[in-house]
Amino acid sequence: MIQSIDWSLVDWSRAQFALTAMYHWLFVPLTLGITWMIAMMETIYVRTGDPEWKKLTQFWMKLFGINFAIGVATGIIMEFEFGTNWSNYSWFVGDIFGAPLAIEGIMAFFMESTFIAIMFFGWNKVSKKFHLVSTWLVAIGANLSALWILVANAWMQSPVGTSFNPETARNEMTNFWDVLFSPVAINKFLHTITSGMVLAAIFVIGVSAWFLLRKRETRLALRSITIAAIFGLLSSVFVALSGDGSAKQIAKVQPLKLAAMEGLYDGTEGAGLVAIGILNSKEKRESGDVFAVKLEMPKLLSWMAYGDPDQFVAGINDFKNGNPGQGILSTGEKIQRGKVARGTLTEYKNARAAGNIVKSDSLKLVFKDQVFLDTYFKYFGYGFVDDVNYYIPNVPLTFYSFHIMVILGFGFMVFFALILFFQARGELPQRKFWLRIAPWLIPLAYIASQSGWIVAEVGRQPWTIQDLLPTVAAVTKIDAGAVMVTFALFAVTFTVLAIAEVSIMLKAIKNGPKNHGGTK
Amino acid sequence: MFESLSHLALQQYWWIIISVLGSILVFLMFVQGGQTLIRHLGKNDLERTMLVNSLGRKWEFTFTTLVTFGGALFASFPLFYASSFGGAYWVWILILFAFVIQAVSYEFRSKAGNFLGKNTYEAFLFINGLFGTVLIGTAVGTFFTGSQFTLNEMNQVTWDGPARGLEAVLNIQNLALGLSVFFLARVLASLYFMNNIDESTILTRSKRHVLINAIPFLVFFLFFLIRLMFLDGFAVNPDTGEVFMEKGKYFHNFMEMPVVLALLLIGVVGVLYGMGAAVLASKTNGIWFAGPGTILTVFSLFLIAGLNNTSFYPSTSSLQSSLTIVNASSSKFTLTAMSYVSLLVPFVIAYIWYTWRAMNKKKLTRDEITTEDHVY
Repeated sequence: MIQSIDWSLVDWSRAQFALTAMYHWLFVPLTLGITWMIAMMETIYVRTGDPEWKKLTQFWMKLFGINFAIGVATGIIMEFEFGTNWSNYSWFVGDIFGAPLAIEGIMAFFMESTFIAIMFFGWNKVSKKFHLVSTWLVAIGANLSALWILVANAWMQSPVGTSFNPETARNEMTNFWDVLFSPVAINKFLHTITSGMVLAAIFVIGVSAWFLLRKRETRLALRSITIAAIFGLLSSVFVALSGDGSAKQIAKVQPLKLAAMEGLYDGTEGAGLVAIGILNSKEKRESGDVFAVKLEMPKLLSWMAYGDPDQFVAGINDFKNGNPGQGILSTGEKIQRGKVARGTLTEYKNARAAGNIVKSDSLKLVFKDQVFLDTYFKYFGYGFVDDVNYYIPNVPLTFYSFHIMVILGFGFMVFFALILFFQARGELPQRKFWLRIAPWLIPLAYIASQSGWIVAEVGRQPWTIQDLLPTVAAVTKIDAGAVMVTFALFAVTFTVLAIAEVSIMLKAIKNGPKNHGGTK
Repeated sequence: MFESLSHLALQQYWWIIISVLGSILVFLMFVQGGQTLIRHLGKNDLERTMLVNSLGRKWEFTFTTLVTFGGALFASFPLFYASSFGGAYWVWILILFAFVIQAVSYEFRSKAGNFLGKNTYEAFLFINGLFGTVLIGTAVGTFFTGSQFTLNEMNQVTWDGPARGLEAVLNIQNLALGLSVFFLARVLASLYFMNNIDESTILTRSKRHVLINAIPFLVFFLFFLIRLMFLDGFAVNPDTGEVFMEKGKYFHNFMEMPVVLALLLIGVVGVLYGMGAAVLASKTNGIWFAGPGTILTVFSLFLIAGLNNTSFYPSTSSLQSSLTIVNASSSKFTLTAMSYVSLLVPFVIAYIWYTWRAMNKKKLTRDEITTEDHVY
């Protein structure tokens, strides 16, 4: 399948995908989270009839609109990039992967875009109730679209509900519900949308705190903060719970990612969790001296991953070199098995091309044989590259991203609780220190959010489909130069648009709720 | 219920859904057409703002339909997704780029601090309107004229075209379709403005632009359609799956599927009537004839491209690599599952229709633009 690997093509294609995904994710979490708060505010407005609440709703709605537009712009690229830059991937798993993308369009995007028009332009055109329902439907639509794309992503991390068809040389879906209700998908969905809610709550508190410090819009700011702090606190509890669920799933389906997240090189029973640490150089790490400094909580990793403080947690070296005692195959062995699986497929294709029906029929049956599937096909993806180090993700990037995400996540939880405490005692406007800190938490929330995706995606390298398809085999065959050009095109475009977005956003915030929109 | 259908029946069903989405997309590209007319129809800032806002309430439908069209193609005919998008790289990247810059332009255009200035965002809208229509039309043209690619035994594509898809523009048949879509979009936009904006100057200019754009549209479209009837088409032997050239294949498809021919004729009459009603009788409801007419016309063209044993994405450099709805489709299981999802489509169309009516009850006026909260 691959005669010679053009590494620069693979790297640029990955870079382009990472670029679009990261830009996309700069804008999506705010959309996911803030819609709920806007819907809550509008509900209060409709219930009480208090025009102040309408003003508040419209202010946040305006910020939502600015942010939404650029999320759409970066989103369309992602969908089509699977085809343009990962065409072999698109065929190899399109039978499964395409479905959630199509459902996302039919079920979620139309809901979102139809009712967004009412939300923005319908204030004087439809009844109050219809408008409120539309706002809720935008929130539901936005989060539904997240559901489907995360189902697709979860399937890449843990390919379930499918079987390989040698005739078409691709994976085919055998159980839709397995794909939809895969535990990885459910955890990922909950973790992702609740993290968006946390980010949105930090955003709302940060902006409102800025108003409080300037003694502007005090009442509106305090109301926003109350809603956002309650919403944020609840969300951050759910983020932690679903994060714990995600970790358990990773331990099960991507144990090497877990090892990279924790910088665990040599597996051990009763493994401790590194709360904070600084990694040594690669050479030192590989020779057994992993951390320059670390603060470790004993047995916590075993407990977190398996619910048992004494359980064995495998390390990077266990996967690289194998650990027969724990039943872990070495990467070298997996490479050999992957080659057998790929060889069988080639043999089948050759027999078919030669018209040798007896041979091709018998080889086709091999792909239905459970022993062959478990012993060889399971490692199909390892048959593409011989270097065992290729199968180990970037440890520092995964490790630091994970720790930044977790530390910030717990920090936000404490922050929400504090704000709520001050608010309940009516002393928030006097708590200048915390008000000054609040706006600075906004960039931190974005960093935490991006870090989460770095853990999820860098931590699973080199796989596009776990154990079945590495990036080298998934990429579109094209000149690396072409991808460099499109990378540059998108990098410049997104950067310019992002600058415009931030600048418009800051202007809109400065103008505040009073002076927004037309002349009314 | 879908379980009892054969794989072929499901493939045909999905080709019909793709055709529905594709034809609705072409109709909704009146938004793109309108974006190229802002300077022609709006002579001052207020008029231009009215035009932009009139389109701005609809652009997301077009965008979402495009995204859903892509997603549905991926789910139902993934080999097309893999071959065409990865192969005709530059065409698709340019189309995507044109839509990326569109997505922000409405929202950012008139906002304070927008960094690039109003004119730049209007230019973005123009670029989207021009390239979006011409290139999508050209790309659909290759459904009839073919592209240069080869699939290996693992169904992986190698693109043989020298310019990764851009070579399609050099084919006069493709280009004729691309330009037809462009001018049709402008006709539809003019009809839409006549129907949606309550401003006499815009009405007069829109009416004139129906005529100005109808002429080149008819020239290019008739050229495309008549020539198509005489072209060699890419036929498939249903028993062996072998692809071969057949003289007048697309003409035969119309003859062998008279219902599709009827759709085409009704559609063309609808488009002509809509244009005529606007130009000759100064009616403002032309869009309600030309719009559905466009949908029927494009629908019939998609159907003859894929049904009746025809290759919908043919390869000229390796005939047997050509994609058909049989060899490019998803598995029976996936198509069945997705068919259940497709039952949502009428429901989606219903709520879009309902909200569209609610929003368009009254025409857009000067007054609304100057008093409304959210203005593009």
